[in-house]
Formats: sequence, structure tokens, C-alpha cells
Amino acid sequence: MSRYASLLWLQLRMSLVLGAQYRLNFLVDGAVALAWTAAGLVPLSVAFAGRQSIAGWSFEEMLVVMGWFTLLRGVLDGGVHPSLTAVVEQIRLGTLDFVLLKPADAQFLVSTAKFEPWKVADVVAGMAIFAWAFARMGRAPAPLHVLGALLLLVCAVVVLYSLWILVIAAAFYVVRLDNLSYLFDSLFDFARWPVNVYRGVLRVVFTVVVPLAVMTTYPAQALLGTLRLQTAALVVAGSLAFALAARLMWSRAIARYTSASS
Amino acid sequence: MSTLRALPTMLRVGLAESVAYRAEMLVWMLTMTMPLVSLALWSSIAAEAPVGRFTSEAFASYFLAALVVRQLTSSWVVWQMNMEIRSGALSRRLLKPVHPMLAYAAENVGAMPLRAAICVPLVAVAVFFAGAGASLPSSPLVWAAWLVSLVGAWAIGFAMMTLIGALAFVIESSTSVFEVWQLSFAFLSGYLLPLELFPPAVRAVTDVLPFRYMVSFPVETILGMLAPAEVARQLAIQWGFVAVMGALAVWAWRLGLRRFGAFGG
Repeated sequence: MSRYASLLWLQLRMSLVLGAQYRLNFLVDGAVALAWTAAGLVPLSVAFAGRQSIAGWSFEEMLVVMGWFTLLRGVLDGGVHPSLTAVVEQIRLGTLDFVLLKPADAQFLVSTAKFEPWKVADVVAGMAIFAWAFARMGRAPAPLHVLGALLLLVCAVVVLYSLWILVIAAAFYVVRLDNLSYLFDSLFDFARWPVNVYRGVLRVVFTVVVPLAVMTTYPAQALLGTLRLQTAALVVAGSLAFALAARLMWSRAIARYTSASS
Repeated sequence: MSTLRALPTMLRVGLAESVAYRAEMLVWMLTMTMPLVSLALWSSIAAEAPVGRFTSEAFASYFLAALVVRQLTSSWVVWQMNMEIRSGALSRRLLKPVHPMLAYAAENVGAMPLRAAICVPLVAVAVFFAGAGASLPSSPLVWAAWLVSLVGAWAIGFAMMTLIGALAFVIESSTSVFEVWQLSFAFLSGYLLPLELFPPAVRAVTDVLPFRYMVSFPVETILGMLAPAEVARQLAIQWGFVAVMGALAVWAWRLGLRRFGAFGG
């Protein structure tokens, strides 16, 4: 266990050193994060023009959801995306051999291969939205609610990561997969809105199949203190199940890996 | 002249390829159905009270039209170019006596019958459930303008993609630049939200950018949201963008090709 901890630390430090070489990227990423956060608020203000609430959510409460979305996108782009998109390429080229030869768990190695530290800008932008939303409401979140929200954030990241592992497991079977990640990105964009806004089949899909609700709606509710304990427990259990399923799929898929010709 | 003779064959190859890689095509189609999610989102928001002048039904017809426009005008040449330039596979294309840009274009257009075939029943089902489609225009002139605007929308997208794809000659991969384009496109083209609902300041910006002419303009034309004179004016602007961006794309391609080293091959 400590070996993996030190490995993780090593990979992180490598990414930090690499990232520090491109300090300009921080400015660029920061500016881009700011622009997208601002652009993302436009549909929200359009929807709220001349009304007080949508599907039982006030403007400030939706801002909190938007904050989680921004924060999570930072985590996704900074911690999950970079290494896992590299794997798809490695599977296609057959260079995954070099990873498999190393004396450590392959899933661990591929998921920690690369981080983009500058994406922290998105996390900061998310925090800023929280601050703005709670300032408008004129209160601060209770410490207990913050703790709950942090727990659910961990669940959200686990689910997000597991989804990506599932996508990669699929890459072992169909090889060309650039566009599947694109599909996921466009779907993730709908996590800007609380799941209650959607109706019928779509709400079920976004709660269970592609659990956007787990990613943004429930953490936001936890921070606002409106999440029921029962739901929280279900979310924790569900994300654990998701992680297990992803691990299983990964082991099955990697057994099928035959390397490329070269 | 020989290019002209090769054109039918190239279109057939494009069609055959799109049928061969059905799984990939299906994922693409799914990605393209995102307007249906927007439709669900905005029509349930509008169900409580209309947004601007958009009721639930207006949103439904807007996003269905957007879906059709996207299906018929999208291209994916930037991914192809990135892959072929990096792997050196482009050299095979350069050997053929047809300009590679034309070959890419033919492949893209060749896939369209399949896309149309899949998207028509999808829209039919959606129209059946949403009850939209009553507002389609009867004037053949509007339909003609719509078709011309579709070709223009495709041409702008294709030129922009080749322009970004040509960046791969210089930098290793231009997909990150393309992501910025994608995000701007989603917001500023009217794909995620009718541009009419944006604040005036944002609309002033979208009017001078090419994005609007790729989704919003064809959609507004076919839904009869624009006066005939306005359609003619915007059609001229659209084709102005086509000319400028087409020229830029050809120029960037020529410039980039000089740097092409055909790695590996």
C-alpha cells in the first residue's frame, strides 16, 4: 500500500514538474476556465428571466449545482482525462505492453500516468461560484453539510473515474474510440442542471445509467443541507458498486489485450 | 477533369466506409442527438412558463430542426487529419491524383445518405411525440434558401476543420485547439440554446462570428423565423464566410504541406 502511495506521489511530482515548465498554460487555462464559467451562467440567467424557481430550485441553488459542475470538470480535466485518453492511444499502438510489463497494478499505473495541475483553475472557479451563491443567500453552509458534500464529492469522482475505466475497457474490444469520449463530454455538459429539471426516461437515465445526479445534484443538495440521509447512503453504496463493476470489466478486458502487431 | 470523373467513385467510397464502421457511426449519431436532451431540458423549463417567446412547442421544433441541420452538415475531418498527419498515412493520399482536401470532402459528403436515413425516422418519432412540425413553410423559395444555407453551413464547418487540422502540420496535435472551437461552437451557434434568448451584447458578438451561420441561421430559415429580405442578407454573409474561410483553409493546407515529413508511413 505504501509502495502505491509513493508511486502516486512520484507520478504527481513528475506532472507538477512538467506543468511548471509551461507556466503560460496556467494563464491560458485560467482565462479559458473563467470564460467558460461565465458563458455557462448565460443559459441559467436566460432560464431564470422573469421567474423565481425551476422544478423547485431557486437561482442560488442552481448556482451551487453549477459550482459543482465547474469544480468537477476541473477534477475530470486535471486528474482523470489526461492519463486515460493516453491509454486509448496506447491500446491502438500496442505500447501498452510497456505498462503491463511493470511490476505494479496496470490500472493504477495507467490512471496516474499524467495529471494537469493547472486545471486547478476550474476548481477555484467552482469555489468562487459557491461563495457567490451563498453570499446571495446570505448564509454560510453548516460544517456538517460541508463534510457531507466532501464525502459525496469523493463518490462523484469515483463514479466519473469508473465510467472512464468502462470506456477504456470498451476500447480493448473496438479499438477506435475517440468519439466515445466526445459523446461522454457532451453528456457531462448536462450535469450543469439539477436532475430534477429533466423528466421521464431522461431523469432515470441521468440518475442510474449515466449518473449525472450523483456528480452534481446530490453534492449540491448536501451542501445546501436538503439531501436526505437515505439518498446519501444509496449514493455511497452505488458508487462503490460502480467502482467494483469497472474494476471487474477492466480485468476482463485486459485479458483480451493482444498487443498490436509491432 | 479527371477529378470530376473520380467524384462519383469517391462519394461511393465515403458511403461504403460509413456503412463499414457502423459502430463508430452510431456513436457519432448518438452524439448528434444531444439537441434532443436540450429539447427535453428546455421544454420542461418552458412548461412552467414560456422563456422569451419560446413555448415548449417552439423549443421542440427549434431543437428538432437543429438536430437535422447538424446531422446533415457536420464533418469530422479534423480527427482524420490529425491521425493521418501524425502517423504519416497522409503520404498515401498525396500520391493520388486528387487533391486530398477534395477527397476528404467527398468522404464526408458520401456519409450523408446514411446519416439522413438514420435521422429521418428519429425526427419522425420525436415529431410524433412532441407534436411539432406544424410550422414548416410551404413556399418552395424558403426550402431552396434552406438547402443553400445547409451547403454553406457544411462548407464553413469543413473549412474551419481543415484549417485547424492543418495546424497539426506545425504542432503535434491540434485537437486541443479544436476543443476550444467545439466549446465556442456549442455556445455561439445556437446549438445549445436559441441565440434569440441571449442578452443583446452576446448577440452582437454572435452576429459577426461564423458560428451562427452553421446552425442558427438554417434553423431560423426553415422555421420561418426570418423575413425573406433578412434571409437573403444573411445568406450573403454566410457565403462570404464560406469564401474567406475556404481560402484560408487552402492557404493553410499549402503552407503546412511543406512541413510534412511523412513520419513512418
